[in-house]
Amino acid sequence: MAALNELTLAEARDGLRRGDFTSVELTQACLAAVEAARGLNAFTTVTSGRALTMARESDARRRAGTIGKIEGLPIAVKDLFAVQGVPTTACSHILDGFKPTYESTVTANLWREGGVMIGKTNMDEFAMGSSNETSHYGPVVNPWRRPGDNRPLVPGGSSGGSASAVAARLVPGATGTDTGGSIRQPAAFTGIVGLKPTYGRCSRWGIVAFASSLDQAGPMARTVRDAAILLGAMAGFDGKDSTSVEAPVPDYEQALTGDVRGLTIGIPAEYRVEGMPAEIAALWEQGIAWLEQHGAQVTEIRLPHTKYALPAYYIVAPAEASSNLARYDGVRFGLRVAGENLDQLYENTRAQGFGREVRRRILIGTYVLSAGYYDAYYLKAQQVRTLIAEDFRKAFATVDAILTPTTPTAAFAQQERLSDPIAMYLNDVLTVPANMAGIPGLSVPAGVSKEGLPLGLQVLGKPFDEATVLRVGHTIEQAARASLAPTPWWRS
Amino acid sequence: MSGIVHGVTGDWEIVIGLEVHAQVIASAKLFSGAATAFGAAPNSQVSLVDAALPGMLPVINRRCVEQAIRTGLGLKAQINRHSVFDRKNYFYADSPAGYQISQYKQPIVGRGTIQIDLPDGSVREVGITRLHLEQDAGKSLHDQHPDSSYVDLNRAGIALMEIVSEPDLRSPEEAGAYLRKLRAILRYLGTCDGDMEKGSMRADVNVSVRRPGDPYGTRCEIKNVNSIRFVQQAIEVEAARQVAVIEDGGKVEQETRLFDARKGETRPMRNKEEAHDYRYFPDPDLLPLTFSQEWVEEIKRSLPELPDEKKARFARDYGLAPYDAGVLVDERATADFFEAVAEGRDAKQAANWVMGDLFGALNKAGTDIGHSPVSAEHLGQLLDLMADGTISGRIAKDVFVAMFETGKAPAAIVEEKGLRQVTDSGAIAAVVDQVIAQNPDKVAEYRSGKDKLFGFFVGQAMKASGGKANPQAVNQLLREKLKG
Repeated sequence: MAALNELTLAEARDGLRRGDFTSVELTQACLAAVEAARGLNAFTTVTSGRALTMARESDARRRAGTIGKIEGLPIAVKDLFAVQGVPTTACSHILDGFKPTYESTVTANLWREGGVMIGKTNMDEFAMGSSNETSHYGPVVNPWRRPGDNRPLVPGGSSGGSASAVAARLVPGATGTDTGGSIRQPAAFTGIVGLKPTYGRCSRWGIVAFASSLDQAGPMARTVRDAAILLGAMAGFDGKDSTSVEAPVPDYEQALTGDVRGLTIGIPAEYRVEGMPAEIAALWEQGIAWLEQHGAQVTEIRLPHTKYALPAYYIVAPAEASSNLARYDGVRFGLRVAGENLDQLYENTRAQGFGREVRRRILIGTYVLSAGYYDAYYLKAQQVRTLIAEDFRKAFATVDAILTPTTPTAAFAQQERLSDPIAMYLNDVLTVPANMAGIPGLSVPAGVSKEGLPLGLQVLGKPFDEATVLRVGHTIEQAARASLAPTPWWRS
Repeated sequence: MSGIVHGVTGDWEIVIGLEVHAQVIASAKLFSGAATAFGAAPNSQVSLVDAALPGMLPVINRRCVEQAIRTGLGLKAQINRHSVFDRKNYFYADSPAGYQISQYKQPIVGRGTIQIDLPDGSVREVGITRLHLEQDAGKSLHDQHPDSSYVDLNRAGIALMEIVSEPDLRSPEEAGAYLRKLRAILRYLGTCDGDMEKGSMRADVNVSVRRPGDPYGTRCEIKNVNSIRFVQQAIEVEAARQVAVIEDGGKVEQETRLFDARKGETRPMRNKEEAHDYRYFPDPDLLPLTFSQEWVEEIKRSLPELPDEKKARFARDYGLAPYDAGVLVDERATADFFEAVAEGRDAKQAANWVMGDLFGALNKAGTDIGHSPVSAEHLGQLLDLMADGTISGRIAKDVFVAMFETGKAPAAIVEEKGLRQVTDSGAIAAVVDQVIAQNPDKVAEYRSGKDKLFGFFVGQAMKASGGKANPQAVNQLLREKLKG
């Protein structure tokens, strides 16, 4: 049998059910794996003591016969979620020492369903980045390497710590958040499954806000089934989040029938972006072929406003961020750098507390909202957003899901794009439209690049139809079955 | 005070518009469940949302929305069933999120009107531009520590209604009348207690001057004035300042100013370089606010009779002068008190007693009608004692004073003090005879045609009876006996 930490969420769940091992044993295996993988820098805080206590309590519940959906399963939490009594920093210097007295709704749901908290995972500062290089706590390393090349690769971002931790089999599942692709892009770069649910599916309460109208929490795991299980434990209406939607949460695992006959899958020509590498195009063709082989009907669709999604996103998201991040002022919590007066305290705290990328986005956001520019930028971007949503609405009148690549490239090396923000932003070109429209999107590992690095395909679905998205993703996953596990070079 | 400033170069008209911030009566804040009681220990009524901790989200308080709709209906205004909350971004220590949630382009209430009552008995319509909901800020305390400021967030997030008038007001008096009427309406509706001392009602005053008939001049906004008297003073000094600036060949700059009541002047709050760009945009944490017409109708059905309707009814049913009726309806408690006294009695007499003796005594005692030692029931009984001749109007004044001091029923005081009116004509005749006997000279003068002396004899007779003689009987007997 594989080491316990290498089990998928479903395998671990079934093993616990059968009594093959206990949650304490499973948790210990994960903690040991985490310890042996310090080199990945995937975690900012490891909560060993809490994890073992939670595991013991879970084992006791199991003996008593009351078990939740993810009973006894170790989960890592992106450092954007408030966890009571545990440092919650959004990987920013400005939240130094901040330990919330409250628990985010999503993590509260996880613990209520029996999850065991392993620790907080590293991420781009305030979730702003596509390579995990903007973290105050240093970059996360992708467990994958190019064969014969030891240079560290980025895991993608911003949920890079969660992605690396899952890909390296340190934990079977982790939470992520996705504002423009922050779950799906790192999932694709690390060969795992990541799902951004419909906006409103998971509560945003207790998640450090980046761009409120785009942020959405979702699961990151090794299989589509695992993502389905984890989403079921995270999702649900929350009266504390006014944008949370009261829609029933189905049993997502039940959707994984393996049967896509009768489904119509749309292929948007507009996602064939300029300069898309041939291997990405080939992967996409392969995905189409698999779905056709399984009886789905594939059809070309038009999403004419796609090309405006990325520029509009880089107006809307920084605008909201510039306002959301105003609360980090050194007055009530986190870092304070003193000054002669209040304005200086703000300036010193924020200049030292925020990293370059965060400062850049605050500046962009402040600019696009300022008097005289609002109509030309923010208002226009919101109009574009309406058109993008309308494109999808029209497309979904004829198709059940849409298939695209997740990213234009495979994982790149650290430092490779850090100096060119536009090149970095282009990472999100295929993932951003789903955030702009609020629809669900899944990245599923579908193959490897010529360099041997994982590549993902993206399945987009109708609002609140994560079930179909998972079903289609599951079919691709089964067809791909590529051996998508990196060689564990990091084990010390 | 008047609406015209007499400048060196001629007359100037004052143009005034008011933005009133009225604290909504609700047990919880606009977007959090924290309590709103006044005077609580600093930072004891602050939720995680109010303190803007990371990841906290606002959820609209239905009660505050209901109160805003209620107020809109009371202002006969358009109710917008679709409105939007925006963020007004600015940094200040008492603004924890770095933005205030307000309504900018799409407020919950649109155009309405307020009827103001002027001292000459006339009324004027003043336009309401809009009413919107917004969060209050916290409070910076600069006097607690030698080199630091403290922040109290108890008020942060409390719901305010900002009620904006058209520039329809033309004098400090009109501004005062507007504020009094608005306060009366809010109190009748139970949507704001209107207590300016506690800061639950504050006004930003927009003032400009122009030659009568000219287009509007450049306005200045005087921020956060916290009493009606100060609003009136601020308008007066600001209008005078603007006229002086213009007449000196200068130009009025559009700016925000503060009123210093102690120095009796206004001065600029901040210079132009510090002017804020609030970067308003719709709050992405909140969906647009929508509600049904049925709910609006339901709230409408629960509205009380408002001051204007009550005033019209008092004038119509009780025959009161419009200004008197206006004074009586100013406070709902006064109106209720008056109605209880007037019920089945002489309404004009009731009004005179309430507005004259009672108001005078309350004023002197520094209290209000809610704490009046004389109940409406007792005042009514006093009127009854006059009507049935038990006491004269003059004695009633004394009885009232005793009632106010002791809180006792008038009948008890009349009995205790033996103030019952003397109607026995024999006893009165004896008094009259005595007065005639004591003043032979005056009698002679009267009889030789000095009719005016009749009043003197009445006075003497009333005095001799200790005020208790029935005045009609005294008149009649005197007239007979003086004929000789």
